[in-house]
Amino acid sequence: MKYSTTLNVNGIDYPVEIEAERSLLSVVRTEIGLTGPKEGCDDSECGACMMLLDGKAVNSCSYLALQAQGHKITTIEGLSEGDDLHPLQANFLEQGGVQCGFCTPGMLISASALLQANPSPTEDEVRIALSGNLCRCTGYDGIVKAVLITAGELAAQGA
Amino acid sequence: MTVLRPATLAAALAARSEHPGALLVAGGTDAMVAINSGRLRAEVTVDLTGVGELASWSRSGSTIRIGSGLTYTRLIAELGDLCPGLAMASRTVGSPQIRNRGTVGGNVATASPAGDALPPLVAAGAVIELASTDGVRRVPIGAFLVGPKRSLLAPNELITAIELPVARGPQQFSKVGPRNAMVIAVCSLAVDVDVASRRVAVAIGSAGPTTLRALEAEAVASAAIDWTTGALGDADLARFAALVAQAARPIDDVRGTAAYRRHALAVLARRSLGWSLEALRRAVA
Repeated sequence: MKYSTTLNVNGIDYPVEIEAERSLLSVVRTEIGLTGPKEGCDDSECGACMMLLDGKAVNSCSYLALQAQGHKITTIEGLSEGDDLHPLQANFLEQGGVQCGFCTPGMLISASALLQANPSPTEDEVRIALSGNLCRCTGYDGIVKAVLITAGELAAQGA
Repeated sequence: MTVLRPATLAAALAARSEHPGALLVAGGTDAMVAINSGRLRAEVTVDLTGVGELASWSRSGSTIRIGSGLTYTRLIAELGDLCPGLAMASRTVGSPQIRNRGTVGGNVATASPAGDALPPLVAAGAVIELASTDGVRRVPIGAFLVGPKRSLLAPNELITAIELPVARGPQQFSKVGPRNAMVIAVCSLAVDVDVASRRVAVAIGSAGPTTLRALEAEAVASAAIDWTTGALGDADLARFAALVAQAARPIDDVRGTAAYRRHALAVLARRSLGWSLEALRRAVA
């Protein structure tokens, strides 16, 4: 049996018809067509599927799509303003925080959730915030630097 | 699969009564992993995230009532002072993103021997509140957890809340795993010191068919501590640690060997009671 529901992703309402057991990740990727969020493990281990749900980062692979009805979903596609990269995205590129790129959407979502909640994190706080996101290329150093530099830039702009 | 999304507790209980054994999903951090892998097939799923009554906590005198749908993130932010042992354990659950979704009630319902929230709840003597359309019953957590992923939850019941006392003294939680995040415990341990009753409680996780108390160790420590100063001799502390290791019933599995678990539990026991008594000595000094 299929359910009709509406998912609000990056500010747009998408009507979808989906089976009950579908995960949010699978619906966003294959019904809505936003393929930024990745399926790495489908097991909540790797964090490549991370999305914001009402501003909080969640593993979308372990979330029933039907549970997301009435919530605001943000994927990596919602982070930039058109072609203008989010400062986190620019700094990931600048600091070598991107190599193969598979973990990058999830990393950026987790990092943006962190900076929303804690605009000036310590390095330890950055590492804890990203502890549910695996990266097999970079060794994390460039990623952590990029988040800290972004926090500094945003603070300087606000000051 | 059919998904029911009740908006009230009454509707959730009615759904559970109408579909006994329906899969209950709150944060989904356990259930969805099993569904995705094909290990779990549910005819009917009840999504509990719409039931606001389950996602709150309250205090009545010296008792905290934690709604089963309270996320770890909120528990850590809001109950760190009142239930420090449970908050410490909650900080070790998964990642921040898992903690945004995962609930204490889900941990109790899954009843895994490795459930991180279970040792502090067992050590504190928590009571599980179970509701159905027939009424409400309260079961001590030690009786509720009967084996690996087995509990007294009836097919028509929901866990509505977990009741535990406000901390009566220092509490500790420690856990062994290959890294600090995203780890299922190799073994874990909670210590709960009740200063007024002059009693130490200790519970062992991930080293037995379910969460275990170490009663003999508790009795030895409770009798040996100088409760006016918080002092405990090294020999008594070592005996406590050895008795904790003895109380464990670990097995060899993918996460570790039984021998390693016993060894690690003795270390955790010695350190955790040591840290608790240091806190007690600072408090009485």
